[in-house]
Order: sequence, then C-alpha cells, then structure tokens
Amino acid sequence: MNFRKNKSLFLFLLPGLILYTIFFIVPTVNALIYSFTDWDGISPEFNVVGIENYVQLVTNDSIFLKAFVNNIKFMLFVLIFQTLFSLIFAMFLIKNTKTNIFLRALYFFPTILSSVSVAFIWTFIYDPNMGMLNSVLSTLNLDFLQQNWLGNENIAIYSIAVTQVWFHTGQMLIIFVAGLQAIPKDLYEVADMEGAGRWSRFRFVTWPMIAPSATIVMAYTTIQSFKAFDLIFAMTRGGPNYSTEILATLIYSTAFRSFEFGYASAQSVLFMIVIAVITVIQFRLLRASRVQE
Amino acid sequence: MKTIKYILVIAFALMVIIPLIAVIFTTFKSTAEVFSSILGLPESFRVDNYISIFVDQPMARYFMNSVIVTLFSVVFTLLFASLIAYAVTRMFGWIGVVFFSLFTFGMMVPAQVNMIPLYQLVFDLGLTNSLLGLILVNISVTMPVAIFILSGFMKSIPKSLFEAARIDGGSEWQMYRKIAIPLSMPSLAATAIFLFVMHWNDLLYPLLFITKNEYKTLPLALLEFQGEFATNYPMLFTGVIIASAPMVIAYLFLQRYFVAGITAGSVKG
Repeated sequence: MNFRKNKSLFLFLLPGLILYTIFFIVPTVNALIYSFTDWDGISPEFNVVGIENYVQLVTNDSIFLKAFVNNIKFMLFVLIFQTLFSLIFAMFLIKNTKTNIFLRALYFFPTILSSVSVAFIWTFIYDPNMGMLNSVLSTLNLDFLQQNWLGNENIAIYSIAVTQVWFHTGQMLIIFVAGLQAIPKDLYEVADMEGAGRWSRFRFVTWPMIAPSATIVMAYTTIQSFKAFDLIFAMTRGGPNYSTEILATLIYSTAFRSFEFGYASAQSVLFMIVIAVITVIQFRLLRASRVQE
Repeated sequence: MKTIKYILVIAFALMVIIPLIAVIFTTFKSTAEVFSSILGLPESFRVDNYISIFVDQPMARYFMNSVIVTLFSVVFTLLFASLIAYAVTRMFGWIGVVFFSLFTFGMMVPAQVNMIPLYQLVFDLGLTNSLLGLILVNISVTMPVAIFILSGFMKSIPKSLFEAARIDGGSEWQMYRKIAIPLSMPSLAATAIFLFVMHWNDLLYPLLFITKNEYKTLPLALLEFQGEFATNYPMLFTGVIIASAPMVIAYLFLQRYFVAGITAGSVKG
C-alpha cells in the first residue's frame, strides 16, 4: 500500500540517488575495503593484509600520532577563541542598528573568500622577511616578539589556528546574534528586579538561553577545524617537519605523495571514527550542561 | 566597559580591513615596492600585474572553467536535491525517513575519507581532466546538505495545500512545480548562495582530478601560482582579487542572502 502510493515519488529520487550511489556510497564503502589491503594505487595487484594497517597506525606510526595531536591542538585553540570571540562580539552587536549591521557584514566578509585566498593573505602577514606582522612589531619597538610564524615548528600550527579564527568568527557570530535576539526581554527585566549584576544576568539568563546556539557553534567549529584541509594545504602543506600536519592533510600526502592507498585508506577510516566520537562526546557534554541549568 | 567594547569592536574591524586594503594596494606595486613599504600606498595605480596575469597566464580560461563548473554544479545540485527533498517529505511511512537518513549521512563524512577510492573511480571512468567529472562529483557531494536544508523547509509547508491539490487531480510533479518550489524560494535562494560560495572556492576536487591547465579552476590555478611566483605577492594577490571578485561583488548586493545561506550551510563544516 505504502509502496504504491510512493511509486511516482521514487522517480523523484532517481537522478540524485544514482549520482550519490556512484560518487559517494561506492567510494565510501571502498575506502573501508582498501583499508584492509596494501595497494599502492598503481599496480593491478595487491594483497589483503587484514587489520595490519590499523595495527601499524595505532601502535607504530609517530607521524599519524603527531597529526592527531596537531588536530586536537588546532581544534582546541580554534574552539576556545572562535566561540569566545563570536559570542562576545555578538553581544556587542546584538541591536540591529545601521552601524552594527555594517560591522556584522564586515566581520562576516572573510567567510566568502576561498581558503587559498585567505592562505595567501596570511602567508603575507606572517612572512618572516617582509610580513605585515613582523613589520608592525618592529614599528612598535617589539622586535623581540618577531617570529618566523609559519616556519617555527613550535608555533606554526597556532599561527594557522589564528587564521582559521579570523576566517570564521564572523560566521559563528551570526548564529549567536540570532540566538541572543530570540531571548525574551522580560527575562532580563525579572533579573533586574531581583537585582542581578552584569555577571549574574549572563550566567543565569543569557547563557542558559543561548546554550542551543552554543551547541551549534561548537559543533560546526569542531568539524570545521578537522576539515581545515584547504587552508593548511595552501599555507604550509603540513610542514615544517609535520608540525602543521593534520589528519586530513596526512591522508592526502600518504595517498598521493607516497602512493600508499591501502594505508591511507586505513587512516581515513580512523579519521572518520575520530570525528564520529568527538561529535558524540560534544553533544553529550553540552546536553549535560544544559540539563544542569 | 563601553570603552573596552569600542576598542575591541574597532580592533576586529581593522583586522579585517587592513589586510584587505594591503592586498588591493599590493596588486599595484612591484615586488621591490612591497619590500620597501608593506602597508604604504602604491607609487602609482599601475595595472601591469593585471595585464600580465591575463597575458602570461591562461587566467581567462581558469575563470571560465570556474564559471562553468560552479554554474552547472549549483543548478543540478539544486534540481536533484529539491526533487529528493520533496519526495522524502511527501513519502508515506518509514520509507521517507530511511531515504532522508541515507542522503544526510553524506554530510557527516568528511571529503578526505573517501577521496582515495573516489579518485580511483573518476580515473577509471576517464573523467580526470574533465569539467564534467568535477561537476558530477560536486553535485554528489553537496546534495546531502542541500537536501537537509530544503527538506527542513518543505516540511513546514501545510499538508492541506497538497491535499487540496490532490483532490483537484494534481500529480506529484505538478505539486512539486506549482506548490513546493514556489513556496520554498527563500530556502532555495539561501541554498543556492551557499552552493555558489562552496563550489567557487573548492580546492580539493580540482586538486585531485585536474592536472592540465586547460581544465584548472581558479583556486587550483592560484595554488600553483604559489609554486611559480613564490613570494611575488603582487602577482599572487592579483590572482586573489580576480578569483574573489565575483563573490565580493555579489556579497555587496546580496549580503543578507549570503549570511542566511552560508549560515544554513554551516552544517557542512
């Protein structure tokens, strides 16, 4: 009965479903299959090696571990600063005045640029010889703070994280503005009557009310920071000495520079698992914090 | 408190404005001039870099490729995704939910997870170094998020409208065209803008599938300028300006739609 009623609707699914099956479902399943082989991507033959790739990755691959740690560093930095800045600026610019609307549009502007363009702009800012940042520091007589921002292994990943924050804060700000504007005014009136200070107003009215927006912002930010492939690839290609390599860029270079398709596929499967786990943890944590309110 | 607020707001505004002005100024400078004054005004607004990028590089070709790939990808993603969104919201029982989940699963999987088998597949189909290959992959990859946004909107269309049309003997196709699509225009517009930005700026798929100059899109071409020009920032930034111009011009006129569209599409990350 259901099927008969749905019959003509199945035709609607068809064109999209065919493409989606060929170019998404099949490759995704294949990634899993490749991950159990030692295929190099070129030769017609390969061996099935079972879980050997996974064992190697988890127990004996310092570069994979480094990329994973970099990913976490990058994510935490971006998560903290992007959420903080976008929330603070959203609170500053909450009213729909002409100036505020202009400023929101200005802050949002970097979002429409391509990652490659943003990468070039920030490579110029960070350039050790004629970069904007170092010359500004020098003008301010702060020469001792000058750095090779993208060449110093210890700080390169954070330099790119700053770029990422610049890139997407304006986007997250919009989500917070929508959340803040939806808070009923009378809640603040009640808080004022009870004599609540600035902090209490935030803690007991604003924060619980924008928790849903915060969940969304933090979820997007996390996923974005795991997918920052374009930006990192265009800024450093993962170097120097793997210091800015994240999982996404490592998978690319394992597959298309070292031609270890099987091994790189195992990396992708683990990458997928990491993303799934982080997403679940994040939703749990944020849900728990909301229940407490 | 007020003072701190103003300082922060202005500081962030400057952090966006200053680099952008520096980029524009740099395109009118020679490399030597950049060295001597990074933030200064160019000595004159000479357009040598703009001329040389079009004369010495197949910039017009790259630009056209980007236009073709983006246009076809956006139009067909919207068409297929709106058909699917309509079907899954209209289907009776669990079957609609199953298809909806199947399609939206695609949003959760980062592109790097299946890029290796995808590369192999595109290669086997003879679609590397072809704009068609890029378009087909683009459609398949962005359909999930478009379905997600559109079906969210279509669910809010009152069922009674469809019931009335059905009683008048309307077919599903007519209801899709005469009711669902016209009523979904705001979300179609938002999705279209999100897709435009996404496809126009995409680097990964051209990087995977395209090696010949004839088929390169702007982001890939820019990336390769980096190898050719190293720290010749005037040339790099001239490329940046040309690659960004269409989006920036559109943003100036359609700001509200950009903000709505990109925010809706943020799910994709």
